[in-house]
Amino acid sequence: MSDGKKIERPLSPFMLGPYYRLQLTSITSILTRITGNALAISAVLFVWWLLAAATSPEAFARADGILTSFIGHIALILSLWGVWYHYLAGLRHLYWDTGRGLDIPTAEKLGWAVIVGSVVLTIVTIIVI
Amino acid sequence: MRFLTDRKRAEGRGAAGSGTAHHWHMQISAFGLALVVPAFLYVFGSSLGKTHAEVLDIFSRPFPAVVTALVLVVGMIHFRKGAQTMIEDYSDGITRKVLIMSVAAFSYALIATGLFALAKIAL
Repeated sequence: MSDGKKIERPLSPFMLGPYYRLQLTSITSILTRITGNALAISAVLFVWWLLAAATSPEAFARADGILTSFIGHIALILSLWGVWYHYLAGLRHLYWDTGRGLDIPTAEKLGWAVIVGSVVLTIVTIIVI
Repeated sequence: MRFLTDRKRAEGRGAAGSGTAHHWHMQISAFGLALVVPAFLYVFGSSLGKTHAEVLDIFSRPFPAVVTALVLVVGMIHFRKGAQTMIEDYSDGITRKVLIMSVAAFSYALIATGLFALAKIAL
């Protein structure tokens, strides 16, 4: 029974590192959250570019110039990797939600599949498009 | 002193008040996005670096326009609910409420802006 006093525990994710040994499953989990939330920035970039295209040739030239610049390319390649990472990690969650693949050896294999798969799919997408 | 047991708090719709509705919605939108995101990557990827006229031409065609609209609407609602989970993990009280409302406002604003741009290009 609780005596009503609040127990001071490290709040997630701040237990990572000092109290909690980093492992593949926890790293791939937090990367899912980071990529998913960071993709909001990618969405803003895309909508800004699309709105510029709808507005005028001058506005499009400005937005397109930034997206196809060196920094723009880095942002878009990171976004592409973020999409593929979150995509594969999401499929992994849907698989886990069926009650399968939750034992540690399988979970670790799935973790490597998400990491390697996201890099491969990113490179393939850049080559194909 | 509250006389509710842990069991009682978890029964019915549980502490969230909405049961598994949030999680179930994430599963549904994840499935939908899995179908449509690769097509969107192709549409956006192949239109990058093209001239203004070519970009307008691409997004006025039905398939690219519909795929883009779907990714925007489903993607941003998926984001809104996913970001909400993150906010609920790291904050509470009034901060939590304000952050959740702000994320919702941001998500719907981006959806509306994107759909406006698409409509203006396509019509």
